Amino acid sequence: MSEHIVSKKTYYTIFFALLVGTALTVAAAFVNLHNFNIVVALLIAAVKATLVILFFMHIKYSTRLTKLWVAVGFIWLFIMLSITLTDYLSRAWLVYKP
Amino acid sequence: MSLIAVDPIEMGAPQVDGEPLSYLNDGHGLRSWLLTKDHKRIAILYLITVSTFFVIGGIFALLVRINLLSPNGVFDADTYNRLFTAHGIVMVFFFLVPAVPAILGNFLLPIMIGAKDLAFPKINLLSWYMYMLGATFGLIAIIAGGVDTGWTFYTPYSTSYSNSNVLLAGIGIFIVGFSSILTGLNFIVTTHTMRAPGMTWFRLPLFVWGQYATALVIMLATPVLAITVSLMALERIAHVGIFDPAMGGDPVLFQHMFWFYSHPAVYIMVLPAMGVVSELIANMSRKNVFGYKFVAMSSLAIAVFGFLVWGHHLFVSTQSVYLGLIFSFLSYAVAIPSAIKVFNWTATLYKGSISYDTPMLYGLGFIGLFLIGGMTGLYVAALGIDVHVTDTYFVIAHFHYVMVGGSLMGFLGGMHLWWGKMTGRQYPEYWARAAMVIQFVGFNLTFFPQFILGYLGMPRRYAAYPPEFQVLHVLSTAGASILGIGMLITIVYFIWSLKNGKRAPANPWGASGLEWRTSSPPPTENFYETPIVTWEAYEFAPIESMQVLGYPGDSSRSTQPVPKEHGTED
Repeated sequence: MSEHIVSKKTYYTIFFALLVGTALTVAAAFVNLHNFNIVVALLIAAVKATLVILFFMHIKYSTRLTKLWVAVGFIWLFIMLSITLTDYLSRAWLVYKP
Repeated sequence: MSLIAVDPIEMGAPQVDGEPLSYLNDGHGLRSWLLTKDHKRIAILYLITVSTFFVIGGIFALLVRINLLSPNGVFDADTYNRLFTAHGIVMVFFFLVPAVPAILGNFLLPIMIGAKDLAFPKINLLSWYMYMLGATFGLIAIIAGGVDTGWTFYTPYSTSYSNSNVLLAGIGIFIVGFSSILTGLNFIVTTHTMRAPGMTWFRLPLFVWGQYATALVIMLATPVLAITVSLMALERIAHVGIFDPAMGGDPVLFQHMFWFYSHPAVYIMVLPAMGVVSELIANMSRKNVFGYKFVAMSSLAIAVFGFLVWGHHLFVSTQSVYLGLIFSFLSYAVAIPSAIKVFNWTATLYKGSISYDTPMLYGLGFIGLFLIGGMTGLYVAALGIDVHVTDTYFVIAHFHYVMVGGSLMGFLGGMHLWWGKMTGRQYPEYWARAAMVIQFVGFNLTFFPQFILGYLGMPRRYAAYPPEFQVLHVLSTAGASILGIGMLITIVYFIWSLKNGKRAPANPWGASGLEWRTSSPPPTENFYETPIVTWEAYEFAPIESMQVLGYPGDSSRSTQPVPKEHGTED
């Protein structure tokens, strides 16, 4: 298997982008967006995680099979979270009338 | 059909003490075993350790059954809690999960696809050391006084109230989880990248499909177990409010996460055993498995659907009723691929040349017992009936029919089919058949009364019970003793056969598959020359031509060397 060589420049750029993301997260925490604070924090975190997976974990340069596996992992995580949250969403729908 | 020569001495293989060089005598001493990278030797290491845990778990099971002989019990309630928890943890995490993949899968998967080893031999050895480390933590937890939460570790009991060794056992399970992840990773990469020339996906033996589907489940589910156990530890040590309502958590969240692993874990235990049963049925009835592609795909279907049903463990745990409806429906859906397998195995028998040697007895035992286990699964998947039988002996009986009647039958059947291949010696056929029948009778006597007990309202995990349940409990304990004796016979003759068994020929069963085209036991590199596969899975020579070739064709065949020409048609 041929290993893709990633240049140092790419690593430093990604590292810098991650630092910016961290700074943004901290800054956003001081702005009161009500319910949207958590949304913004999670969005930044998701972008940072994507950068780490694509570049630091070399997925961008991997085979399609490896990419498929990464996708499957996230789909499964999504299944767990969404169905579990469906429970919390619909638990109160059934109103008991004594 | 090309043939790989199976007589190593004729092939000019080097000899050690008058015997052909095989993986067993290629290097001696403890060091050559503990630092081995040979998948076959690692399988033997797993066999020794996992079997030891099976015996330990079995002893706990007998102690539980002894306690239930009388309505007031022998042990006090706290000791009883620790006994059944130890039985559950040892059997689930240290026996059933690794049993078929780590022993039979490790040994056979590379040989079946014509490879020299797994893709990552060192990671394979690491997985055994992870297992040993995790198992050590588990053992320390038990010796230091045990755990009293049940194997499910339900919160808030396990986080806020239990004073037993929850953390130690949790660490053990966390580490053992990584051992299975490493094995799963190895299987997936090996199946994708190391198949011999001509070994296409649909020429793979169904055992390999079963292992592959299991590896998918292991990779996707086991990390969640690690997360769940870590969160439990975090709440127990640092009082972070995740599961405790007093700190803003939700105990049902634990059940969601725990069963997101533990329900697929049921399939980690039973899918590889189903792969074994496909081999047993095909080879012992000398026919291609009916609907090969359906059986292969049903393994994947079970792996995928198995992830979408965890909520059927939460029907009475304040889970939303609407979600319960969906989970109930999806649980029914899993019955379809399972039923495809059972029907196709049965159809394979039709007009086959059926042999009733021990592996086939286990295969048939699996079909019958798994049928009962699976069908009662539909009872407990129904929302209404489940309210009545939740946490009763009905559930205990149901999953023991699946786990013991399914996984254990498959595991033992596979051990008998491949024992000669693994050790170079055959087990004694008469004793093996007797032991299988004893186990079958003992098993049904143990667990069938528990269906009735549960339906009548006997709750699980209780140390004492009303006197009217005693008759059924005594029957169950009697059955457990018979089952124990059956297991003991098997262990004794397996060990006995290592020195005294008849030498196994390369192909004692006239079976199909690459593992039968190398010597018993195989050489370290598995084959003397890389096999080139030009035939479909489960191609059998007609039995008539086998007899012309001097093939005995009856049960005595297991002791006869198979003529070298076997399998050739050119």
